[in-house]
Amino acid sequence: MDLSFTPEEEAFREEVRAFFRDKLPARLSTLVREGKRLRKSDMEEWHAILNERGWLANHWPEQWGGPGWSVIQRFIFDNESALAHAPRVVPFGVNMLGPVLIKYGSEEQKKQWLPRILDGSDWWCQGYSEPGAGSDLAGLKTTAVRKGDVYVVNGQKTWTTLGQHADMIFCLVRTDPTAKKQEGISFLLIDMKSPGIEVRPITLIDGEQEVNEVFFTDVEVPVANLVGEENMGWTYAKYLLTYERTNIAGVGFSIASFERLKEVAQMQKKGGRALADDPLFAARMARVEIDLANMQTTNLRVLAAVAGGGAPGAESSMLKIKGTEIRQEITSLTRRAYGSYAAPYIPEALEAGWNGEDVGPEDAAMAAPSYFNNRKLSIFGGSNEIQKNIISKAILGL
Amino acid sequence: MNFEHTDDRRMLADTLVRALRDGYPIETRNAGAYGEAGYDPAVWQQLTELGIVSALFDEAAGGFGGSGFDIMVVFEALGRALVVEPFLGALMAGRALAAGGGHDETLARIVSGETIAAFAHDDGATPLIATKSGDGWTLSGTKAVVSQAGAASVFVVTVEQDGDPLVLLVPADTAGVSVRSFNVVEGGAAGDVTFENVALSADARVGGEGQGQAIVDAAVGAGLLALSAEAVGAMEFVKEATLGYLRDRKQFGVPIGKFQALQHRMATVLLEIEQAHSAVINAASAFDGDDAKARERALAAAKYTIGRTGALVAEETIQLHGGIGMTWEYAVSHYAKRLVMIDHQLGDEDYHLQRYIALG
Repeated sequence: MDLSFTPEEEAFREEVRAFFRDKLPARLSTLVREGKRLRKSDMEEWHAILNERGWLANHWPEQWGGPGWSVIQRFIFDNESALAHAPRVVPFGVNMLGPVLIKYGSEEQKKQWLPRILDGSDWWCQGYSEPGAGSDLAGLKTTAVRKGDVYVVNGQKTWTTLGQHADMIFCLVRTDPTAKKQEGISFLLIDMKSPGIEVRPITLIDGEQEVNEVFFTDVEVPVANLVGEENMGWTYAKYLLTYERTNIAGVGFSIASFERLKEVAQMQKKGGRALADDPLFAARMARVEIDLANMQTTNLRVLAAVAGGGAPGAESSMLKIKGTEIRQEITSLTRRAYGSYAAPYIPEALEAGWNGEDVGPEDAAMAAPSYFNNRKLSIFGGSNEIQKNIISKAILGL
Repeated sequence: MNFEHTDDRRMLADTLVRALRDGYPIETRNAGAYGEAGYDPAVWQQLTELGIVSALFDEAAGGFGGSGFDIMVVFEALGRALVVEPFLGALMAGRALAAGGGHDETLARIVSGETIAAFAHDDGATPLIATKSGDGWTLSGTKAVVSQAGAASVFVVTVEQDGDPLVLLVPADTAGVSVRSFNVVEGGAAGDVTFENVALSADARVGGEGQGQAIVDAAVGAGLLALSAEAVGAMEFVKEATLGYLRDRKQFGVPIGKFQALQHRMATVLLEIEQAHSAVINAASAFDGDDAKARERALAAAKYTIGRTGALVAEETIQLHGGIGMTWEYAVSHYAKRLVMIDHQLGDEDYHLQRYIALG
């Protein structure tokens, strides 16, 4: 039993740190550290920098432009990325569609789409959820009917994150309405500029337009854009949902945001002393810090099992639940830490590029919106209750 | 990074787990644990002959292990079988003697298992006072709820002083030393140890001037790690027992494990046990490290975590079992008691959270 990284892994960590030091623009890391909302161009800028180094799709096989890293290397990279306040990789093309195409796509599809994910030619979004199909995703109703060389798609997707920027959407559609619900689903790649697609923004609890509704009315999709076999889409969808889980606990994000919380708790005063020295607040902080230290080791134990040939299956559900609980608790404490100055609602202050005068302490305007925004963590990617169902079935055998 | 135990350590754990599985069923355990002695001398002898105490000490102290991970695997196995025999006292008293030096014969007898030792640390209503008398000391006062005090033939006793604590080795038959023994709630025994004008010579001292705190930290640190690992072992046992019950027990015509309300509670229990396990791994790893503050912090974090999680697991185990979990006859009730009462030894969840903060 040895919790330290090997000399090779330490050297890798240094290499990664040096990369962030040299290549991550200060403008971007400042925006991320302050919790501002990034623009499309900010995210594209960072993708291009990562891609130039060959580190954008860090879990893809080398053949398709990945760096060939181990799970531990990916863990180190993800952690260092968060600690450096680098923007997150937009996951839809790189982390979600990419692995599905690599495993199930045709050679033509791989050649057509994978390079365009890497070089930023296509911004992808995810067409999974529908108004009537959330946790019960297989209950989706959007239909695709084959007519000659095209599928004709009708229906509606929702919670489409950053769909307003997207060139393409990968969609789960029903191709066999008579089959059992999991067995009549197909996986289609659809051009967002197709006639008959309409995107309507949904404003979320924090005032941000992060997600959208996407409506499909007689949208024609070339048959060549079907991934794998017709009616096998559920298999691909599940693969996508369980694939990229090395970073699901978000340990790096939690460490970075906890460090920020410690700074705020030193700066903020309560009863004539630093908030960090208030026994009740200090206890709240210590509880989450201990939980996080435990989580980091739990995460590494799961990764070590994967690296040793174990399956990365349902254990990632444990990481998702605990990791999101910790992240939510930290955003909750950060909100509390600003006291009354968490209240002022200054929408402009949340956007990248705003340089007006702060109301109250620096960054206080972000604290409550960020807390409310991060309630999503325990809902998306399979709600934490769905994760508990998975644990019950797959780990506990109940 | 490597989360596998070494072959030697795995063999040790396997040997111990097998010996306890075959020779220490809950009936045997309870007969000793709730009997007058509060343990079974025959079991103690058998386990010490397997070298279980020796595994807790390094070669310099006459053992063959002694790392944080050795303590972890031994006490996890002891916790899994709900062992009450006096291993904690052997570990803590022995670690104090090893840290202080001198008293080699006593240490050797503790490591071999011939001598049962107890670590008398928490003060009772009348705190222990040492008055200088010639080259030695006169002790008066009481140490409270000392684990397996009645079985011990030697005590390692701590005395709070201005500056550095005093650590003394006191044979149980020293004039003026008396023990009021009692069973404890979860099984096992402890005792209040009273010192009435106990005269000790200078050579009773463990370690030299200014070493007291380091000796106490060595003993208490080992004890914290041991208790935390013991708790995780007990948690693993009740997790398996509860899962078995959820699969077997039927109500409304189906196994109760089919009910989502119970599944989700059990999933939470599983998560928190894994987190507690990680806390113990962190503590065992820091235990052997060079960074004293990191070690104390990791130990505090572990004891805090198992205090909180121990109570959760105990309460959920009883609830998920329903009435049967409340019965004396059913093993899990005794595990549940241990998981709750372990928070009453060497500082509870709140104490260690405060300590963690103070060390920050």
